[in-house]
Amino acid sequence: MSTLLSTLITGLSLGAIYSLMAIALILVWRSTRVVNFAQAGQAVLSTYIGLEIHRMTGSYWLAIVLSIIFGGVLGGLIDLALVRPLLRRAGSGPEAAVAPVIATLGLLAVLQGVVGMFWGGELIKFPSAFSTAGLSIGGSKIPFSAFDLFTVGASLAVMLAFSFIFQRTGLGLSMRAAAFSPEVAQLAGVRTGRVRTIGWSFAGAAGGLAGVLITPTTFLAPNSLDLLLVFGFTAAVVGGLESMIGGALGGLALGFGLALVLQYAGSSYTFMTAFVVLLAVLLLRPQGLIGKRGGRRV
Amino acid sequence: MLRIDSLTTDHGQVRAVDHVSFDVEVGSCTAVIGANGAGKSSLLRTLSGLVKSSSGSAHWGDVDLLKLPTSEVVRHGVAHVPEGRSVIAELSVEENLNLGALWRGKDPDVTVTKSEVLDLFPRLGERLKQGADSLSGGERQMLAIGRALMARPKLLLLDEPSLGLAPIVIEQIFHTIDTMRKATGLTVVLVEQNAVSALAIANHAIVLALGKIVASGEAKAIASDESLRHAYLGY
Repeated sequence: MSTLLSTLITGLSLGAIYSLMAIALILVWRSTRVVNFAQAGQAVLSTYIGLEIHRMTGSYWLAIVLSIIFGGVLGGLIDLALVRPLLRRAGSGPEAAVAPVIATLGLLAVLQGVVGMFWGGELIKFPSAFSTAGLSIGGSKIPFSAFDLFTVGASLAVMLAFSFIFQRTGLGLSMRAAAFSPEVAQLAGVRTGRVRTIGWSFAGAAGGLAGVLITPTTFLAPNSLDLLLVFGFTAAVVGGLESMIGGALGGLALGFGLALVLQYAGSSYTFMTAFVVLLAVLLLRPQGLIGKRGGRRV
Repeated sequence: MLRIDSLTTDHGQVRAVDHVSFDVEVGSCTAVIGANGAGKSSLLRTLSGLVKSSSGSAHWGDVDLLKLPTSEVVRHGVAHVPEGRSVIAELSVEENLNLGALWRGKDPDVTVTKSEVLDLFPRLGERLKQGADSLSGGERQMLAIGRALMARPKLLLLDEPSLGLAPIVIEQIFHTIDTMRKATGLTVVLVEQNAVSALAIANHAIVLALGKIVASGEAKAIASDESLRHAYLGY
């Protein structure tokens, strides 16, 4: 098997996880106009909860499901307890734009602190339900494990579920309406506050899943998902920050790109590459590679 | 009946609506006319909770409108079409319409309302699957009104439906509003700078200047008052 092809296959499962993180960030951005830095902390706490469930019950499936549910509940609670009062008090001045972002940065530190208190700072190996060893097809080993297949499948399932909810249900319509025009949505009877909380909740659940999926191939530590946040944000920006599909494609593109960099330049360049991509997109095409030029009026 | 009593709204230091009082009988149309900046939009925005009042009261039947958050106003039969063809450009025509009836949930009558709205504005029916951003100005205004009607309101607050539209389109939209009101017993508050068109379909009118009511009465009487026309309506 050619090196290029196997590199791209490696990128697929990473890309799927970046897509999940990108979608989580986009959900919050669209509903609240906040870049949620705490997403990394939420995901890491959800993953540790999953780890704990696995230790207690031995069931990977229970662990992953409860991680996702915990992530969803945590995301909703953060909106209710932190973002909602902040938005109410900040009014409409410049502080209204800055306060929630700073708050999510603070929350990231708090969440990581909490994780450190309960589980300590050491690197923990998170279990996986499937083998992380490469599958073999026709006698030749490919760098794609059963777990990678599960990762791609689970991410795809979540994305399809989200896209169904957004495009085909009343809840999805109210979420889109509230994101694009809160005033018109409210006049039409959409309770935009509630819809925003649901958006944060979906985001938290997607982030929780991303955390559970990426940790078997890396290690779990209080700040181990910070890099995922950067990659997820880069993917979201590449996708134009507004569209779910954009975020998903952005995640896959970044996954392939970083796998290529990893293969041909070495692991020390991946982080830098993500930043270069992020800066380049922001400078040259701030509407994203997939977003329409001037497609959205602010 | 819509009963507005001494309603006052401030935007920071500026008093946008200044002790405004008037009643609107059920099934009638009241035009609120006046120049740009007279406080017409602020009046409607106060009624639907988009801006907070400073004092006074506004009741629709037994409902205290000033106590309701914006999302609840429509649940009490009051639909507001804000200024500027307020459709959501990122959604399709059909989604914009459906949005207006979302709060009604699985009410089987929603489909009836939808066909009524499409009868009223057949152009929308031809464009259901298109993006709302592909519509002309007049069609957007029809869609904005159509979305409001999807809530099956009893009181319709219309903010400058004629804004930026060609005369023939204005005539068409005003004619539709008029026939619909007469057919359904809908109560309408019509905010307009285009006084001629508004007065032609209104029963009553109030003239606002700098937030205050400077004249009120039968629409016909206001329309024929020369001095009022020169002073406040500019034609």
